[in-house]
Amino acid sequence: MKIFLTLLRRELSAFFFSLTGYIIIAAITFLIGESFAQLIDGLGTDPWPMPVTQMFFGSIYFWMIVLLVAPVITMRLFALEKASGTFETLMTTPVSDFQVVAAKFAAAFFFYVVMWLPLLACLLIVGRFTNQANALDSGTVGGMYLGIFLAGGFFLSFGCLASALTRSQMAAAMISLAFGTSQFALAWWAKNNPVSDQWQSQLLSCLNIFDQMNDFARGVVDTRAVIFYASLTMLFLFLTLRLVESRRWR
Amino acid sequence: MIEVSNLTKRYAGRTAVSDISFAVARGEIVGLLGPNGAGKSTTMRILSCFLPATSGTARVAGFDVFHQSVEVRRRIGYMPENNPLYPEMRVREYLKFRARLKGLGWRRSRERVTTVMEQCGLADVGRRVVGQLSKGYRQRVGLADALVHEPELIILDEPTIGLDPHQIRAVRQLIKSLAGKHTVLISTHILPEAEMMCSRMLIMFDGKILAADTPENLQRRMAGSSQVIAEISASAEELREHLAQLPQVAHFNVSAADGAFLRCTLTPHDSLDIRPMIWLLARERGWVVRELTRHRHSLEDIYVQITQPDEEENE
Repeated sequence: MKIFLTLLRRELSAFFFSLTGYIIIAAITFLIGESFAQLIDGLGTDPWPMPVTQMFFGSIYFWMIVLLVAPVITMRLFALEKASGTFETLMTTPVSDFQVVAAKFAAAFFFYVVMWLPLLACLLIVGRFTNQANALDSGTVGGMYLGIFLAGGFFLSFGCLASALTRSQMAAAMISLAFGTSQFALAWWAKNNPVSDQWQSQLLSCLNIFDQMNDFARGVVDTRAVIFYASLTMLFLFLTLRLVESRRWR
Repeated sequence: MIEVSNLTKRYAGRTAVSDISFAVARGEIVGLLGPNGAGKSTTMRILSCFLPATSGTARVAGFDVFHQSVEVRRRIGYMPENNPLYPEMRVREYLKFRARLKGLGWRRSRERVTTVMEQCGLADVGRRVVGQLSKGYRQRVGLADALVHEPELIILDEPTIGLDPHQIRAVRQLIKSLAGKHTVLISTHILPEAEMMCSRMLIMFDGKILAADTPENLQRRMAGSSQVIAEISASAEELREHLAQLPQVAHFNVSAADGAFLRCTLTPHDSLDIRPMIWLLARERGWVVRELTRHRHSLEDIYVQITQPDEEENE
């Protein structure tokens, strides 16, 4: 645990003591602000039939953030260490592979959480200055953040895997971006094809991250979605661990 | 401290280390010597548990590098080739991070970091960012990192590469001062360096260990064919005639030197020292002798001779 915390501190300092970390945060804040402006436009003064959080998920900006940010955050985790050779100094200290993978993922996830904090401010402004009584409640905000974190864990864990695959940051980013895009394409397809009795379409409905997010934003927590995200996150982290271990038997 | 037996490492299609065995005792400073691509770094990576061996075993302090890897890693300080560091960290912060990773407690790591920083001459750059340091300082940070947890075995892969002569001297001094307390395994392709620092040398070439001995013994082994150079003032025919009569001289060569002197290069039988005979001969004939030296093979010659592919079978 002590070693895990030491590693976590070092990973976090790599995020927060570097320019890239702040560039990412600035870009995300800009995108959130952009969607906030859109939200304000749409709200007007009449009572709105759906929660604000749900509107937010309807905007393209949210999906842009989710799609772009995971590769950018995770690409350096393993690839940079392998390219610069620090992976060798790291793995020849008495740390376990599990600790390294866990610390890297935890740091990326922590950064992701911090990154989403400005959104909270936007929602508070909406709640404070508009007369949307039903716009905000702890259920919808909680559901929205749960959705954001689950989707984040899913894409970030795949980013870890991509970064562990290669020693080039660029390649790692490409791989996880390709994964993200194909995931979106599948979800889009599933959204436009109504669920029938066939197992194929049942399966596809599980991949429909758009509708899942919509549910979360309404404050509806669907266990199927939670299990889908959590189990795939675990799977990707497990594969990352195996990849890191693979240098021992390759 | 280190026991390596029949160690082999194959990369796809290429054998980097083939069936080597050696042992290093506690407190020794051993140099792993060889040209680039001889398998030095691979051997070190296996010993530091970064790479697995294809076959054979390696043990450090009695622990197997593969099966008891964590125990081994606790006991070694390893500095890889090119000394990779995190450029965005400060020197002190980096060393503290490394000390904590290697399992030192909070207080202990603070003490040890202060000690190694003084030992490695880093005391006044503690707050500088690693990426902005000069190469010499960065190398010292790497060394300090290898020493910080007082490991029993220190493995340094080319510790003096890319340093200026002044810095090289400082690093050598530091490594020499580790003898006795720590066991040190150094790789280098610079001969005088190994000669100066190491109590024993392992000469590697093409994945094999071709020679393993102390620098003195290696030199002595080669002294057998050492030549004698004499610069004598005499007529060439007279000189040739008399030298040919000396029974100890296997063959010789006379060439003109500047002035009235002739330069004779004599190769003796066995490892005889023929200088006294030359001197006696010169005195008897009344020749003037300007120079009389025995040319000992430097380690450089041994190294070149051993690591030349064509001459491998001589070993």
